[in-house]
Amino acid sequence: MSQTLEHPQTEREVRSARLRKRARARRTGGSVLFHAFALAVLVVILYPAVWMLMSSFKPGNEIIGSVSLLPTGGGLQNYATALEGIGGISFWTFVLNSLILAAGSVLGILLSCSLAAYAFARMRFRGRNLFFVCMIATMLLPFHVVIIPQYIVFNELGMINTYWPLLLGKFLATESFFVFLMIQFIRGLPRELDEAAVIDGAGHPRIFFSIILPLMKPALVTSAIFAFIWSWNDFFGPLLYLKEPGMYTMPLALRLYVDQTSTSDYGAQMAMAILALLPVLLFFFAFQRQLVGGVATQGLKG
Amino acid sequence: MADTTTARGPVRARRRGRARANGAGYAFLSPWLIGFLGLTAGPMIASLYLSFTDYNLFSPPVFTGLENYQRLLTDTNFLQAAKVTALYVVFGTPIKLAAALAVAMLLHSARRGQGFYRSAYYLPSLIGGSVSIAIVWKAMFIDEGIVAQIGAVFGGPDAAAGGWVGDPGRTLPMLILLTVWQFGAPMVIFLAGLKQVPLEMYEAAEVDGAGPVRRFWSITVPLLSPVLFFNLLLETIHAFQIFNSAFIISNGSGGPAQSTLFYTLYLYFRGFRDFQMGYASAMAWVLVVVVGLISLLLFRSSKSWVHYSGDDK
Repeated sequence: MSQTLEHPQTEREVRSARLRKRARARRTGGSVLFHAFALAVLVVILYPAVWMLMSSFKPGNEIIGSVSLLPTGGGLQNYATALEGIGGISFWTFVLNSLILAAGSVLGILLSCSLAAYAFARMRFRGRNLFFVCMIATMLLPFHVVIIPQYIVFNELGMINTYWPLLLGKFLATESFFVFLMIQFIRGLPRELDEAAVIDGAGHPRIFFSIILPLMKPALVTSAIFAFIWSWNDFFGPLLYLKEPGMYTMPLALRLYVDQTSTSDYGAQMAMAILALLPVLLFFFAFQRQLVGGVATQGLKG
Repeated sequence: MADTTTARGPVRARRRGRARANGAGYAFLSPWLIGFLGLTAGPMIASLYLSFTDYNLFSPPVFTGLENYQRLLTDTNFLQAAKVTALYVVFGTPIKLAAALAVAMLLHSARRGQGFYRSAYYLPSLIGGSVSIAIVWKAMFIDEGIVAQIGAVFGGPDAAAGGWVGDPGRTLPMLILLTVWQFGAPMVIFLAGLKQVPLEMYEAAEVDGAGPVRRFWSITVPLLSPVLFFNLLLETIHAFQIFNSAFIISNGSGGPAQSTLFYTLYLYFRGFRDFQMGYASAMAWVLVVVVGLISLLLFRSSKSWVHYSGDDK
């Protein structure tokens, strides 16, 4: 067999070798074309983001209708205006509110989802498969079907205009995406590790906290990044539950700002929009590999 | 320990062991279980009940039978919302997935720079749903905005007052463009799928004289079908739930001329502006049934076009 491989004799093998050589040549030539095309896509993709960034340095009346990216003047004036805050509430109040919610939701999701994921991936108990199907089904469920009763209950409990409605679900593992992501990760860990621990007399709590949880670090990091970004960008939840501007998160404050400022002051709006997006962008630049990797393996939506 | 020596002992011990295993399992699962029962399953049943009532949050619900559902059929706003959302799903999702697949195939063939482009193309998916981007999108399309100006260079039609934002015929294309712009997430998933396709298959097909089109339909599509199915299902369900961008761009009105009155927007208006909780619940359940039927249809059809590795074809 090995001899026929060294000396291609059949017609098929000769053709195969020729095609491969041609493909290699095509690839080198194609690489220039590839980069030209890929860069063109990149320009289209990034244009809105770059336009937004550049607009934030332009005077307000120069933004709409200006294709040009370079600001002619204005400098940091827009940012100074945006940082003045809205209606007597400091800009930093909104940042702090958003940070509190994001930190709370990261903590809640990491705790509750890792516990649930361990139960689904490593434990045997009655009803596990049924619950698993339920968990997957909630991923496909439009969330609108639960918001009305949830709102009614939180209203009865006097929790409107508090952060409870926005955080409670995070501590109760309602975001199935993260449970699923962690299940997949735990399933990939060698079972010998827990079996050895069982022989040593360890129970599930010990196995979870001292073996699985430390090994889950990559999945926890990916989940934390997504949890932070989703919480930071969340608009619908805060829109429903937060009524008082002092409680507003960045996206709500941004909307309030756009409503209140005259349309001519696009510059400050852009500056504020950039500031609202800044933490997400920083996370993206710092953790792009984990983010893209998380999407690739789990199909998470951004 | 004494009864383990009797004949029935081991059975009892095993039973006790199983009960303890159940207990430990439920202990770990309890946060999820409480959340599922209290925040998902319970509310679902509650909203099903509410959908048969008249309830305004302040006085107790009054049972009205099927009245809410009957009203939906004659509510022109509801029909408009259903139409706008259907158009958005039907056009937005396939275009977005086609773009994602095309770019994924392009990137897959690259030898260098794949990682860089992949990350960069993914960025819009991460920020596209934010209020910030909705504001930027609006600024780009409003009045004599840059989009209208670039369009004019290519001989596009004159912008109506307010630009695309003020033209009921162009708000939907504008929002579809916004979702297509976020093709990065499905693209990343396609790329991961393409990595699983063995290169030798393409080489073998090429040797046998299959052209690029034939190779695409006979190798790429079947081998990628599980990923295609996954993306199609998730993107479709996702598209039904568009809210933020439409809400911000229309200034919370669903306008102009109700052209951005998406399903979720109308549901929000009915439930949280007019406090017609019963009516909004009926809307929510119609959405659940529609999305459920579409998912079911996709799952059913998948048997004929999705091939999992190890399947007999």
